[in-house]
Amino acid sequence: MGFETLLVETENHVCTVTLNRPDAMNAIDERVTKELQKALKEISRDKTVRCLLLTGAGRAFCVGQDLKEATAGKKPLDFATRLRRGYNPVIQQLMSLEIPTLAGINGAAAGAGWSLALACDMRIAASNVKFVSAFSNIGLVPDSAMTWTLPRLVGYAKALEIAWFSDPISAETALQLGLIHRMVEPDNFASATRDMAVRLAGRPTKGLALARRAMVAGMQNDVAAQLEYEAMLQGIAGQTKDYQEGVTAFIEKRQAEFTGE
Amino acid sequence: MADEYILTRTEGRVAVLTLNRPDVLNALNIPLMDQLIETMERLDNDPAVRCMVLTGNQKAFAAGADIKEMAEASVVDMYERNNLARWERIKRVRKPIIAAVSGFCLGGGCELAMHCDIIIAAESAQFGQPEINIGVIPGAGGTQRLSKAVGKYRAMELILTGRFFTAKEAYEMGLATRVVPTEVCLEESVKLAKEIAERSPMAVRFAKEAVLKAFESPLSEGLDYERKIFYMLFATEDQKEGMKAFMEKRKAEYTGR
Repeated sequence: MGFETLLVETENHVCTVTLNRPDAMNAIDERVTKELQKALKEISRDKTVRCLLLTGAGRAFCVGQDLKEATAGKKPLDFATRLRRGYNPVIQQLMSLEIPTLAGINGAAAGAGWSLALACDMRIAASNVKFVSAFSNIGLVPDSAMTWTLPRLVGYAKALEIAWFSDPISAETALQLGLIHRMVEPDNFASATRDMAVRLAGRPTKGLALARRAMVAGMQNDVAAQLEYEAMLQGIAGQTKDYQEGVTAFIEKRQAEFTGE
Repeated sequence: MADEYILTRTEGRVAVLTLNRPDVLNALNIPLMDQLIETMERLDNDPAVRCMVLTGNQKAFAAGADIKEMAEASVVDMYERNNLARWERIKRVRKPIIAAVSGFCLGGGCELAMHCDIIIAAESAQFGQPEINIGVIPGAGGTQRLSKAVGKYRAMELILTGRFFTAKEAYEMGLATRVVPTEVCLEESVKLAKEIAERSPMAVRFAKEAVLKAFESPLSEGLDYERKIFYMLFATEDQKEGMKAFMEKRKAEYTGR
């Protein structure tokens, strides 16, 4: 898998995708979205991968759209097309992976870079990290699903404030707001992130994916529809090997060894 | 032995028909359609079967017609083959057919699903009539049935652009009656078929006929037709049993007489 802008490696069932343009603070240009699409497609087909860890190389996690690319041409960038062909498929692919996804936020996350982290299931961040929406600073609308994820995480009023002012948010505030799940000291970041990814990869993968599907559906369903949906998903989960293993381990009073099947 | 393009099994009174050309996403060639039509007609006459489920695999219900078969054909070839006219025989199947649709359901595949009476869509289902993209139009009822299912304006957009649409869209437009997780699409469809199979088979078949009549005739004619069938069903043992069981607060045992 030759990538120019990404590092992709799998270990202990965790596939780590590292945004790798450290000199550009991992800004996203057309190559990056293209390569992310390709990498995510490969991950979705690889049955050995049971967790995706998305992180950045160098000082930043990702500062969003590469503004050099946006201002390079004579004509202004066709944002709608760029989103439809580049970013939107990435977000869709990321959110429909049947494995848990974890953003390891090693440094600044801004604009669509933050959107990427928000589109992951879980977020762990170093304590010195800052988050900035940034879109409103240049007159744009938050994109890459930020207007979908953000209000769901922090509520409409707070989300609008974040979108309108684009004030930097510290890791500590992000933790209080529920924007990240864990905050760790920079020195411990790498190991804490790896531990969390490995732990997610060792959980019953199918059951986790079904639980996410249920929760996303629940944001739109009424209770009756959701109960029916849960029943169908539980029917699926109840047929997995991991369910068998979980029950057996519980009865035998031992740690379950899930395989993701 | 010829290739087995249709796999058939029964679950109680339900027959499950599986389109079986997985290596080509169940592209509908002439032998497959011939086998399908013959199988449906045979099951229609089999008193042990009361309802059918038609399905593909998780990747594709059917991704369309077999383009290879027709790419080089002349108008005379197509007219002489006239294989699409044979699809009309599916319309004459009297027992209800449920389409359990996962994955691609395109072109002829979508038209085939619309030959069925109920469509259950998996979350992974992708529908479309993309014929316009290869210089033709739907030829097995797509322009007519999709328009009747979703209305003129939606059908027009879909058929003129050939764009794919999701299970959710299909549901919202009234093409699919339910969207279910892909893993249980067939299971849920069979469950529904079993529910239908518990009803009086005479009433079920006439109900299907009456509903289809709504698309073929003016309202007053359809209402007349419905009323006559309603009266006529009082000649069946199932009607007596059904109403008796209702009054006795028990489950009816239908015999199909």
